Amino acid sequence: MGAGHAHPLHLARDSPVHRLPPQVKIVAAFLGVVCVVATPREAFVVFAGYPVVLGAVWWAARIPAGWILRRAVIELPFVVLAVLLPLTGPDPRVEWLGMSLSEPGLLGAWNILIKGTLGVLTSLTLAATTSMRDLLVGLQRLHVPALVTTIATLMLRYVDVIVAEAGRMRLARVSRGHDPRFLWQAGATARGVGALFVRSYERGERVHLAMLSRGWSGAMPVLSTAGLATRRDWTVGLAPVGAAALLAFSGWVIV
Amino acid sequence: MGDRVSAPSTRAGTGPDAVTAPSLEVRDLAFAYPDGHQALFGVDLRIERGERVALLGPNGAGKTTLVLHLNGILDAGEGAVRVGGLPVERAHLREIRRRVGIVFQDPDDQLFMPTVREDVAFGPANFGVPVEELGGRVDRALEAVGMAEHADRSPLHLSGGQRRRVALATVLACDPEILVLDEPSSNLDPVARRELAEVLLGLGRTMLMVTHDLPYALQLCPRSVVLDDGIVVADGPTRELLADRDLLAAHRLELPYGFSLT
Repeated sequence: MGAGHAHPLHLARDSPVHRLPPQVKIVAAFLGVVCVVATPREAFVVFAGYPVVLGAVWWAARIPAGWILRRAVIELPFVVLAVLLPLTGPDPRVEWLGMSLSEPGLLGAWNILIKGTLGVLTSLTLAATTSMRDLLVGLQRLHVPALVTTIATLMLRYVDVIVAEAGRMRLARVSRGHDPRFLWQAGATARGVGALFVRSYERGERVHLAMLSRGWSGAMPVLSTAGLATRRDWTVGLAPVGAAALLAFSGWVIV
Repeated sequence: MGDRVSAPSTRAGTGPDAVTAPSLEVRDLAFAYPDGHQALFGVDLRIERGERVALLGPNGAGKTTLVLHLNGILDAGEGAVRVGGLPVERAHLREIRRRVGIVFQDPDDQLFMPTVREDVAFGPANFGVPVEELGGRVDRALEAVGMAEHADRSPLHLSGGQRRRVALATVLACDPEILVLDEPSSNLDPVARRELAEVLLGLGRTMLMVTHDLPYALQLCPRSVVLDDGIVVADGPTRELLADRDLLAAHRLELPYGFSLT
């Protein structure tokens, strides 16, 4: 399904997870993250369970753990924030390696770090097993407002067209000796961005006209019945969520 | 193609008179833009079923304005347009837009879906073709333009000529009464240009082709209409019109260097 639009976070494989209807995977990922967030931060043991669940999904999807972990570095800026919390947080403080660390700060940092990481890993799993196109189809099937999915569909289609246009405009500027090295030389680039905006706006009007000519009435028509989720799809897809819910529940019991 | 993708006969306006009605009938069409610029001053045009007609004229002659009237995007100030006997009116705009298949100049404006298949299915789905029949429609339309094997690709990864043919397929899938092509040969390399001509000739459909490419008009359309300053100034066999140097010169038209028709 959905060939053509490869994105760097997608790993094209043929696995049971890849084959699941996208709406099932979106719901499962969302509920999975809800379970993680609902787990009390003091339930340290429970947080060891979530990576096991994710690992099982990766195994089923035939995604190497290293592939996902390398892409998880996008989380780093948030880690920096988390590291600051123990240093700046309120009392009581604990001594560790000669540093005075705030105890609530430490807990807060742990909370951000572990829940953030699990959230990122879950999202990456969804992205790795679902193409952009399928994500949009899934959102549409989940009755996300048509306006939102249509805008996203158009964005997906035209972002490359606009990038190519920007590239051609830059080439034309550079060919005429434009060589912006300093901030005060950025004027031409800024005007280029303005021109690009106007061009994209005009293209939007032409696209709309062409859509109207083919009977567009404001709602995206249903184009295919393929990929409608069966009861079995939901059962399989939500199984990891069941495990996550059990973990979250046990977290509340042991705390 | 025309027989294989046949329209359901229950549609509005396809009564017995529709069989004899011309594909397109424009009468006394006048139009002024809201800023007061008058683009059309009473255009008359009749295209019989199965005809291929080129619409020629300099930039600013009103060609695009005329085209946008054919499917009711612009509302006629005065005069009337009928497509297969059905008047272009708000009440049956949907059926009119199905009957008039416009292929726009830039395929990137027309092809907005992530894959070719979805784009070709978009039109028929809007016009009420049931989901189960969409697949067949899409396959037949793509086959007619020789793009069947590219159904699952993104329009982004196709060549200019391929995109143009897919854009044509998106309209063919709606089974139009008349195909309206806006500058079909622009930006095509010579081979793609020839391939498109072969596809168009093979369709056997009623066609109105807006173009500046006079040799292309000669190749594809036995009849031509010259529009200038918002009125039809000439209407006749393409070969005769293009051989009339004075007529061409009077309306800023000319054959490319090295061409002459006698």
